[in-house]
Amino acid sequence: MSDRPLVAIVVFPGSNDDRDAAWAVGAMGGEPALVWHEEPELPAGTGAVVLPGGFSYGDYLRTGAIASLAPVMDAVRRFANGGGPVLGICNGFQILCESRLLPGVLRPNRQLEFVCRDVRVRVENEDTLFTRRCTAGQELVIPVKHGEGAWYADEGAFVQLAARGQIVLRYDEDVNGALGNVAGVVNEAGNVMGLMPHPEHAVDPLLGSADGGLLLAALVDAAAAHALVEA
Amino acid sequence: MRATVLVRPKQGILDPQGDAVRHSLHKLGFEVSTVRVGRVIDLELEAADGNEALATIERMCADLLANPLIESCEIQIKSV
Repeated sequence: MSDRPLVAIVVFPGSNDDRDAAWAVGAMGGEPALVWHEEPELPAGTGAVVLPGGFSYGDYLRTGAIASLAPVMDAVRRFANGGGPVLGICNGFQILCESRLLPGVLRPNRQLEFVCRDVRVRVENEDTLFTRRCTAGQELVIPVKHGEGAWYADEGAFVQLAARGQIVLRYDEDVNGALGNVAGVVNEAGNVMGLMPHPEHAVDPLLGSADGGLLLAALVDAAAAHALVEA
Repeated sequence: MRATVLVRPKQGILDPQGDAVRHSLHKLGFEVSTVRVGRVIDLELEAADGNEALATIERMCADLLANPLIESCEIQIKSV
């Protein structure tokens, strides 16, 4: 058994960034384990979970809605409720919102166009499991690629989330019509985060940016810490 | 029992799809001031009566068929 922290990466039918996420987690020092969506349990010793990008279940009904009811999501919910770190990327973010593990919902981009390019996001809160390797105000260059990435919550909820520091990342421009240019949010307990940009595509300067590695390395740190607590 | 659920974008929620359809209708020469695009879900289910069916479908809407943050549900019971 590897002494690297185990990071479970859930594979839904239609996930397409699962292997990129596994590769990037490995590059950041984690031990990735791909977990099929029908599994009722996460692997023993799981220290963190990634819900990767893609188009789970063909985006039927609403993005992430069908995946939120997959058998593995009961295990993910238990893991999250027990304080385990969970990161949802793009479709994974949509799934976490539909699972009500994260506030808000992702809606079709206002311009109705698929956006696929590098964007700048600003770290709003450095005091989360996922941004501990960043500083508040730091700008990260990470690519987005989505058609339904406009995060939305009602105004009252949004104000509350911002006051509590749950808005973790914001675009520095209007990318998709997201309320408040929100790119990433964290739950109240601080152990579940979702973001539309793809940190797994930005872990090496050869890919244009290594900034995504800061988030994924922090996730691996959190996985190590959680596995220690559980052991 | 047969029922239909109409899922609509809530009032005040931006509907880019509806806007795109409105633009295309304008191109065809139709004067339309507003277009909102929703979803129709036809169901067949077992229920003792219309009230029971309604209660069941309300739960379906809350749990899956619509996202209450952005969508509203209208339930039509078709036959008993």
